[in-house]
Amino acid sequence: MNTEITGVAAMYVLLLLCAIPLGRYIGKVLDEQSTWADRLFGPLDRALYRLAGIDVRQEMSWKMHLYALLLINGLWFLLCMFVLTNMDWLPLNPDGNASMSGDLAFNTAVSFVTNTNLQHYSGESGLSYLGQLTLMLWQFISAGTGMAIAGVVFRAMLPRRSLGNFFVHLVRVCTRILLPIAFLGALLLLFSGVPMTFEGKDNITSLQGDAVQVSRGPAAGFVAIKQLGTNGGGFFGVNSAHPLENPDYLSNMLESIFILLIPIAMVFAMGHILRRRKLAWMIFGVMTLGFMLLLLPTINMEMQGNPAISQLGVAQAMGNMEGKEMRFGPAASAYWAINTTCTSNGSVNAMHDSLLPLSGMNALIGMMMNSFFGGVGVGFLNFYIFIILAVFISGLMVGRTPEFLGKKVEAREMKIAMIVALLHPFLILVGLAISSHLYASDPETHAGWLSNPGYHGFSQMLYEFTSASANNGSGFEGLGDNTPFWNIACGIIMLLARYLPIIGPVAIAGSLAAKKHIPESAGTLQTDTATFGTMIFAVILIVAALSFFPALALGPIAEHFLIF
Amino acid sequence: MKQYLLSAIRLTSAFALLFMCLYPLCLWGIAQMAPNHGKGAILKQGDRYFYENIGQAFTEDRYFYSRPSAANYNAAGSAGSNKGPSNPEFLATVAARIDSFLVHNPGVQKSDIPSELVCASGSGLDPHISVQGARVQVPRIAKLRQLDARDLNLLIEQRTEKALLGLCGTERINVLKLNLALDSLSANHQQ
Repeated sequence: MNTEITGVAAMYVLLLLCAIPLGRYIGKVLDEQSTWADRLFGPLDRALYRLAGIDVRQEMSWKMHLYALLLINGLWFLLCMFVLTNMDWLPLNPDGNASMSGDLAFNTAVSFVTNTNLQHYSGESGLSYLGQLTLMLWQFISAGTGMAIAGVVFRAMLPRRSLGNFFVHLVRVCTRILLPIAFLGALLLLFSGVPMTFEGKDNITSLQGDAVQVSRGPAAGFVAIKQLGTNGGGFFGVNSAHPLENPDYLSNMLESIFILLIPIAMVFAMGHILRRRKLAWMIFGVMTLGFMLLLLPTINMEMQGNPAISQLGVAQAMGNMEGKEMRFGPAASAYWAINTTCTSNGSVNAMHDSLLPLSGMNALIGMMMNSFFGGVGVGFLNFYIFIILAVFISGLMVGRTPEFLGKKVEAREMKIAMIVALLHPFLILVGLAISSHLYASDPETHAGWLSNPGYHGFSQMLYEFTSASANNGSGFEGLGDNTPFWNIACGIIMLLARYLPIIGPVAIAGSLAAKKHIPESAGTLQTDTATFGTMIFAVILIVAALSFFPALALGPIAEHFLIF
Repeated sequence: MKQYLLSAIRLTSAFALLFMCLYPLCLWGIAQMAPNHGKGAILKQGDRYFYENIGQAFTEDRYFYSRPSAANYNAAGSAGSNKGPSNPEFLATVAARIDSFLVHNPGVQKSDIPSELVCASGSGLDPHISVQGARVQVPRIAKLRQLDARDLNLLIEQRTEKALLGLCGTERINVLKLNLALDSLSANHQQ
């Protein structure tokens, strides 16, 4: 059997073995139940509460939760802007890298506070080590924000349940879930060869005699949390394709597993909190189906190789090798590409710009759906919107009042759900229309934007907006995106696409929680069955896929027929 | 509300202390026990040293070539080519690389050249090539260095890095290590 395939299978099996038990643990943390880890983390949490002056007994309503979330996120944005625009004189800058321009700092600050990690700079030259450490702080706390607010939605689904205190949830998620797992991961990466040093560039002479500079830095801690928290922002420019960020196949397995670990575990955490295992398995089933439908063809295509290269007469025993690293090979790179786009991670271990057209399309579709696991916490919130839509549509189809977990879904909830569901295609397609118009009306001024002509150039712009709106952060990196247009447009899209899909589901859950509980009867629509799962899948397909089909036809599909 | 703002500011400072100071410092402390004190694994040769995982440009015929790099193996500015699979400019570049390879390796068939030798890596710093990628270069190096092709093939076999546990991943060769071994083979041969 091909060892590349067994490698991918091993990653997936190990992932499930870790994610399902972790889900139970996350459920307990979000629900403030006692766990074996209390003795370890209790004192740390209490120290943080004391430093921050948080009263743990103070309960918040769903509106107060949102208020606290937006307030602290706003603060983070200002702080991040300050560091990024003043790096040149602040400490920890051994390579003497410059501060960011205003528009680039805006883009980067938004990108890291919203858990997107879209990078219009290159880590080696664009950031000081203080800048890197600052962004690492947001990789922890922006992931914590998503998980904490998802926990609030889970709790709101239970009858007569207090929602707790947002700051307490945020602290507990960060100290009890993200910190210990990231620390373990960082240790493993450290010993596999990822650097963790505060020294600057090293100057060496290569064997052949060329003078070479080697960038280093405190990367191990950064890489672990960027993978774990669906952040995805690389320490170095080429992210996890860089040999110091991902040195061998074992580190690649670990980093791949970290991408999907918490997104999968969140589904089971919900099952644990609601005591509805079957519902969790149904949701897991729908997400896995979507994931596999994207994954399997992508692995197959990348291992087959590029027909245009075959025509040149060379052997493609391994498959499509442009933009890929030998130590991973096409199968593990394709696996990573779908992992990173189905979740909103966005790290890469191969250049997505050089994927085959339909592989690139599958990566795009993963981000367009944005609910096959999705980002930590927020992925579930996206899926929650589709559940509400599916409940409503099935309710209409069978002629019963639509209800979910004993609460009636009515016009108010549906309006919010529709706005959130349509926001994503709206942001992507409007952005794409504007950029295409600009490019088409003046291709000479904007010549630096696209590194590829024709359909693929169109795909590059489509990918950038999709990635921004999905809070993903990967890119067709040939796009010359460090310009005011791309920095500001993507920054605005990331902001809207982060906070509206958080506010919407929390508002729906809050409004449902205030309604009278209707006991289950023979007439209740069962939401934990395969039939309802199929219904959700159909809704996702109709809403998301059909909105994007015309754009996909002009980009990757047209390019496919150019070379096949 | 004011109380929330105050909590938010204080909590952010507490997080900064935990995640920007304690977490990296703990790791940095432990890194002192890691390979090369966490500064990246190195290979020493005499008074020179190289980074084991950072690929180097090998363009001279007396060495096994490394893969094409969009960054010219500049380890302070990693980059992929970011060329799409249908891009005519990309296909012309690959065709030129094939022609140049054939000129430097007379007698090699096009179909014996594995694609990774003519396609740029993702990082521009890929330290590896495939086993076939090394074998196809044996006749050139054997002739130039006046070595026995069988010795070179043996060297390749010894330097092949197997898949993880023999089960997971790709088989590959670290070009830097191979070329260091090649140099010492030549040196022994001349004695």
